[in-house]
Amino acid sequence: MKVDINEQALLKGLAVDDSKAIETIYKENFTMVQTFIINNNGSYDDARDIFQEAMIVLYEKAQNESFVLTSKLNTFIYSICRRLWFKRLQQMGRFSNQIESLEETVPVEEDVEFREKRNAEFAIMDRALNSLGEPCKSLLEGFYVKKIDMQALAREFGYTNADNAKNQKYKCLMRLKKLFFTQYNIGE
Amino acid sequence: MNTQQDDILMMQTIERYLDGTMLPDEKAYFEQLRKNTPEIDQMVVEHSMFLHEMDEYVVQRNFRNTLNNVHSKLVAEGAINEGGLLPAQGKVVRLYNKYKKDLLMAACVGGAIVLSIGSVLLYFSPSSKSNQIEQLSKDIANIKYNQAVQSTMIKQVKSKLPVDYTPVNGGTGFLVDGKGYLVTNAHVLRNSNAVIVSNPNGNEFRAEIVHIDAVNDIALLKIIDDDFKPLKSLPYSINKSGAKLGEEIFTLGYPKNDITYTQGYLSSKTGFNGDTVTYQIQISSNPGNSGGPVLNKNGEVIGILSTRQTQADGVTFAIKSRNIYNLVDDLKKEDSSLQKIKMPSISSISGKDRSSQVEKIEDCVFAIKTYKSRQ
Repeated sequence: MKVDINEQALLKGLAVDDSKAIETIYKENFTMVQTFIINNNGSYDDARDIFQEAMIVLYEKAQNESFVLTSKLNTFIYSICRRLWFKRLQQMGRFSNQIESLEETVPVEEDVEFREKRNAEFAIMDRALNSLGEPCKSLLEGFYVKKIDMQALAREFGYTNADNAKNQKYKCLMRLKKLFFTQYNIGE
Repeated sequence: MNTQQDDILMMQTIERYLDGTMLPDEKAYFEQLRKNTPEIDQMVVEHSMFLHEMDEYVVQRNFRNTLNNVHSKLVAEGAINEGGLLPAQGKVVRLYNKYKKDLLMAACVGGAIVLSIGSVLLYFSPSSKSNQIEQLSKDIANIKYNQAVQSTMIKQVKSKLPVDYTPVNGGTGFLVDGKGYLVTNAHVLRNSNAVIVSNPNGNEFRAEIVHIDAVNDIALLKIIDDDFKPLKSLPYSINKSGAKLGEEIFTLGYPKNDITYTQGYLSSKTGFNGDTVTYQIQISSNPGNSGGPVLNKNGEVIGILSTRQTQADGVTFAIKSRNIYNLVDDLKKEDSSLQKIKMPSISSISGKDRSSQVEKIEDCVFAIKTYKSRQ
């Protein structure tokens, strides 16, 4: 399989959040996936959703230094989307026999399953974070998602000093941890 | 110091240990502690896993955010499309869009087409697997259908329907008296307060509900429309005695907009789980067949087609025709205006071939559409 040097460069860009690379991959592949989804009983929202899932697969794979694309980029994306969409149709109980299979595909079963597992974990964390309540949610998001330092957070939330804010952050983290692990161990 | 403070201190220590900001002495001490105290070791492992999950969550959340921004940007730039025409769309989509346009135009001419599409959608919609029995009425409300469009269509074709009514259900019914008395299933009329019936030629008539017997799932309707011309006699009879096992049977109904014929045989004198009110018949039936007459080869109505078993193909149930007699007899006692109902006891189509039987019968089989007023 001939590996496109240009596509390897795009993946390198994707791995480091280069917006140009992300936009290029998005622009060049989205319409293909959208057409496929809509031709197979999907909506525009489904198309966007499935395509973005595939982008995350690619993003996570690209983080790995040793990852080399063994097919053309669009074949890989198409294969992921096809598999994801097929599974989703099955879950919805809509067994479609018109899934078009004329395009070339590569085996992606493992990637898709890994993605689904990750997605479940993401959902658990998201739910746990959202059920924390304020100010815990914003405090933790400020520290872990937005990476704001403790000093600034203390000012923003009106704590008298960074130590108090830090103390509060740990209390929140403990609650989040508990919520997360309860869900995580039950499984979805 | 309370335990929560202990926990916080512990967590802080573990975090410092994990991100490598401990001094060498402290680190050595802590590692020793880990080795000797399984609980602390477990806490370190757990916290490390949790922080890792947090990291992944954050990375994924940020990337999802980026993707949504890119998506919006590309849509704004026109590089990708949503909702409008797709630049590189497949043949199917193009055909679909083309067809859709024709469809809208056609719908303006005759709104009936819209309803038939609704029933086709229904036909292909998956049936619920949890219920073993499925009532064969067409639940129009369940299809995600644009009711605003539909109601304008209905107005445009000058339906008999009063304004501000929305379609609920569809089924079949048949005359038991030429003066306009129809029998159908009670479940066809569920959640509705207006009924329109139409004959195979598509002529619509207003009908009123005379009685609903929810227990036996039978309903009696009367056509109250001036356009309706009463029939002197009905071709078929309503069977009183009972049907024979293995008897050949057939039905007419409206699983789609046009009247449809299907045939089968009587497979059991009892219905679902031994129910003696119904017969089990082997016939292919679809939503919309509910309320249709089940006839034998002599042209006698032996039952009202009502439900089917969802997990078995073709297993359908019909309410025995003597229940119609029971219902009408009861009603006659209560309501003197119903005294004049006379159900046909002699079939005039016995011995004729099937197509001429059907030709006679079909004028007495009506499509039933139910509506409810919009709040």
